[in-house]
Amino acid sequence: MKANIQYAILIAWGILSVSCKKDNYKAPSGAFSGRLVYQGQPVNVSYNEVYFELWEPGWGKSTPIVVNVSQDGSFSALLFDASYKLVIPAAQGPFRSLTDKTTNSDTILLQLSGNLTRDIEVLPYYMIRQAKFTAAGRKVTATFAAEQIIKDAAAKDIERVSLYICKTQFVDGRNSVATKDMSGAAITDPAGISLQVDVPALVPEQKTVFARVGLKIAGVEDMIYSPVQEVAL
Amino acid sequence: MKKHWLYICLVILACNVGCNDKDFLNVKPSDVLQNDQLWNDEGLILSVLADLYDRYPDRQTDVNNSPIPSMVVQTIDNWGEFARFDEAFASENGQYWRHGASDYPYVFPGMIVKGAGEVTYWDYAYIRELNIFIDKCGTSTKLKQEVKNRFIAEARYLRAVVYFEEVKRVGGVPLILQPMTYDYKGDPAYLQHARAKESEIYDFVISEMDTVRKYLPAGAVSKTRATAGLALATKTRAALYAGSIARHGVTTPQVSLPGGEAGIPVAKANDYYTIALNAAKELINSGSYALYKKNADNFTQNFISLFIDKGANPEVIFAKDFKLQSGRVQPWTLWSQPRSNAEEQQGGRLNPSLNLVQSFELLDNTFAPLNINAPGGGYVYYNDPLDLFANRDPRLAATVILPGSEFKDKKVDIWAGYIRRNGDIVTGDNFGAKSRLEPNGPEVQVVGYDGPVNNLEFSAQSGFIIRKYMDPTVGSGRIGTQSEVWWIRYRYAEVLLNAAEAAFELGQRDVAAGYINQVRERAGFKIPLTAADMTFDRIVHERKVELAFEGHEFWDMKRWRLAHKVWNGVRTALTTNPGKSDEPSTRVFALWPYKVYDPGSPNNGKYIFKQVLPGAVTSAHGFRLGNYYAAINDDIRNNNPKIVKNPNQ
Repeated sequence: MKANIQYAILIAWGILSVSCKKDNYKAPSGAFSGRLVYQGQPVNVSYNEVYFELWEPGWGKSTPIVVNVSQDGSFSALLFDASYKLVIPAAQGPFRSLTDKTTNSDTILLQLSGNLTRDIEVLPYYMIRQAKFTAAGRKVTATFAAEQIIKDAAAKDIERVSLYICKTQFVDGRNSVATKDMSGAAITDPAGISLQVDVPALVPEQKTVFARVGLKIAGVEDMIYSPVQEVAL
Repeated sequence: MKKHWLYICLVILACNVGCNDKDFLNVKPSDVLQNDQLWNDEGLILSVLADLYDRYPDRQTDVNNSPIPSMVVQTIDNWGEFARFDEAFASENGQYWRHGASDYPYVFPGMIVKGAGEVTYWDYAYIRELNIFIDKCGTSTKLKQEVKNRFIAEARYLRAVVYFEEVKRVGGVPLILQPMTYDYKGDPAYLQHARAKESEIYDFVISEMDTVRKYLPAGAVSKTRATAGLALATKTRAALYAGSIARHGVTTPQVSLPGGEAGIPVAKANDYYTIALNAAKELINSGSYALYKKNADNFTQNFISLFIDKGANPEVIFAKDFKLQSGRVQPWTLWSQPRSNAEEQQGGRLNPSLNLVQSFELLDNTFAPLNINAPGGGYVYYNDPLDLFANRDPRLAATVILPGSEFKDKKVDIWAGYIRRNGDIVTGDNFGAKSRLEPNGPEVQVVGYDGPVNNLEFSAQSGFIIRKYMDPTVGSGRIGTQSEVWWIRYRYAEVLLNAAEAAFELGQRDVAAGYINQVRERAGFKIPLTAADMTFDRIVHERKVELAFEGHEFWDMKRWRLAHKVWNGVRTALTTNPGKSDEPSTRVFALWPYKVYDPGSPNNGKYIFKQVLPGAVTSAHGFRLGNYYAAINDDIRNNNPKIVKNPNQ
């Protein structure tokens, strides 16, 4: 009886130790990371709103790997070593893709072996510069400049600028507790825009809130933002 | 050894005898019908056609038990989808995600496939079977010509409807009108067709309607099979959709494609509106259909009966029918029956939102939010909760079970608790929960038997319960019985509203007012709208309240290009201007009645109302520009490289 159990354990152990190796692929290990940038400055967007696609040619059917861009314009993905084609879909982001010099199109070629850190240069319609947030009592004031980057025939107007206050570091219109909008027509001096908003009572009360300003470009879905800043009340 | 010879002889004998008789291999199967049997028998063809009708693209199947893809649509057997936008709250634990999800997926509204989630609506299997039907039915030799023509016209009607559904979701699709067969030569390129323009699909639907109506019976001879009147109703709807995409699509140039697969040039708008208006006029002048006015003395009851009266209902043009004890019953009433007089331990699921309720205008044709807060602070006190909704559009009480109103001859019990003089609330956490109002007093009921209780499923968490299509018959709320109320796909009032909208867009405001007033007069409005009253907001509003919970809102918002403005993903408060068409409405709000507990005060026992946000509503709905045309899945594009991407891809 005792021998039977011992045999059983031995056989089970043997099966377990052998079978795990049999059919498992190694997980992808190469980290591809970077930021969306304009002249070295990160392009800030909403979380889960902007993505790009990585296509790996050579397989029977092509399905892209979708990489989401974080709030601060950074992204990262664990990938197998291979050559990829990176495409930002035209409808994505508050920017236009630049023509890649190698492919003469909006496609960027990536050769991945091991880790790769690479920033993707894009051409935003506007950039938010010198965003400053100050709080006096429960009133948060933001001052910033909206610099127009694309000025040729493709230029677009500002639809509105908004100051968002959120309880967590994910800051945009979807979860703001206080919002102040200003329409594009009401902006007199794009180099010195000021927005003010009162922070309502928060439950539970917290000593700091997170703020940033966003700029909605007319006819473009995704907004461009300033970096998030924690403001002490 | 001798035995071997025997075997060899036997085999030779068997071969000779077996192969001689050619008829032996030509025995007709007894369990499968042959082409010449099927296509020469009127009854058999009708049963094939019945199956094709059954797959009319608003079907819903249980995705968990069936390999058949089910479509994401709002119908009478898919209550939850009505809570996807701002019309209603879904009071069931498994459905709260509709109010916690911010973005709609890019393939929405597609098909749910078992084990694969939501995929593009791309139902070429159905189209192929319709094409085969049209092809084979035409070869029939023994059918009478007019019978054959009607069968073929019905299949062509269904095929056009599928293309209409396709174009509503993904824009232009390949127009396949023949059953295609693969030749097994290794190159399927000849089966791959490029997408047609969006306008071409609409043109196809319109021209098919003109063709099939010649062969379909005139007059309202059937409400469940295609008629000439239905062809006209579909034509006016399709032309109106195409016209509004052309007219309003100019505000969203981002969601068009250079090849025209998505988007229609604005120059075509007037042509489409003219087609829509003329087709609607033709149907109206035919006299085959009329507005339902059987209860002319009670406007609310009249509008309730319109949806549940299946006997000689002059308004219904086309419906999906159900029948008790036939296996074809529907659970709409079972799902949403008020919990206080439910026939099962469930109900109360579909809760119309305050957003919708406050959209119903006052009888003097003006808009106003519900009067719940007194000027200068405090509440407005009501003796009867129904008084809050007095002087509103009678369709409100017919669409929504209001607090204090009746269902199945029993008053519903919707109130959220007691409120003391100092504003403290005494309430419970279950249906009809009890508590003490005084420290040593008796235990009394402190919340209604219908709720509302936050996050308690089946309680009226928005403070309202759906009434439209609810069946007052005994047994309609039992799992074993359910309901045979039909689901109306086309009705006459929609045709009138289509005519009004088309006329308005063509600048004929007096004509538009004439049509819209017919609908409003039936609803119970005494003051007709004048030509000067006719605005785009009026058109939007009238369709919103007349056609609520009939599966129109989403498509209307889409074709007017209002969806991305109204569901803009931003947390906004409830609008105070419910008559304005592009006011954001991203979260469903609730209205909870409270009983006043203030002994000695004249207000004791009266009702006050609070506007609240249900606890399950955690996100704001965001309809992105990319949602206007659903994404075409990669596997479809891999199989057919000629399919161009939609703007969101």
